[in-house]
Amino acid sequence: MNRPSGLLRRIIPFPLLFLALLAMWLLLQQSLAPGHIVLGSLVALGATWVMVALDPEPTRLRRPAAMAQLALRVLVDVFRSNLAVGTIILRGGRRSDHAGFMTVRLDLRNEYGLAVLAIILTCTPGTLWVNHDPARGTLLLHVLDLVDEQSWTDLIKLRYERLLMEIFE
Amino acid sequence: MSTAPHLPLWAALLVAALVVAGAAITLVGSIGLVRLNNFYARVHAPTLGATLGVGGVLVGSMICFSVLQSRPLLHEVLIAVFVTITTPVTLMLLARAALHRDRVEGNPEVPQSDLASLERRDG
Repeated sequence: MNRPSGLLRRIIPFPLLFLALLAMWLLLQQSLAPGHIVLGSLVALGATWVMVALDPEPTRLRRPAAMAQLALRVLVDVFRSNLAVGTIILRGGRRSDHAGFMTVRLDLRNEYGLAVLAIILTCTPGTLWVNHDPARGTLLLHVLDLVDEQSWTDLIKLRYERLLMEIFE
Repeated sequence: MSTAPHLPLWAALLVAALVVAGAAITLVGSIGLVRLNNFYARVHAPTLGATLGVGGVLVGSMICFSVLQSRPLLHEVLIAVFVTITTPVTLMLLARAALHRDRVEGNPEVPQSDLASLERRDG
């Protein structure tokens, strides 16, 4: 029972990545022609073999419900912060006195979770991930509207970090 | 002449509104690049274009081409994924480079240690 899957693992080391890359290739080509499937498989296979050389830390994603909840929260927050930052810019950005740095202590340790958090925070207008210290577990942020530091800490820790820890840890 | 000859009125209005809204938000972000007063504040501005700006244009494009039924509406999803993943990486690199330079130069506007604000708050 174990042998066939072991062999498959050796040919396609990261099956999910392989499928995702193949899907991306076919989407880019907008075609399901056999030629594109063969070519896409070759490209995806090459990329998965490169990933073996990179030797990524294995991870398991848990709780799809938490993922959906996180995606929804980020979507809502991106809308809100677009409006907030747009207002700041149009109302005299030269007087952006409230902008400043702040530090948050993070409990999240998983590399992939931290990467997702970095993308969420930087992609959302108004917050910018500047420096993470993995030894101390502190994160230096730049915030455009730094009136209430505690509310930003709560946003990161309660709204994002808790869900990311459920998903990745 | 026209590249979208069979687009019904409601779809044309909706697509136009979305594209103009997306472009307007991107414009606000670009204005921010001029108006915000230091580097770290300016890094926030282009993210308007990279999130809602791109989002508006892409949703408009999806509606336009799915009404015309000329092709499946999945290209836009790929564009959104790539923009969302690549923009923050660039911005983080820029911010970290700026922080490093400012710390080396001893710029007083920038915290010399990551813990500065925690120490200030905890006393």
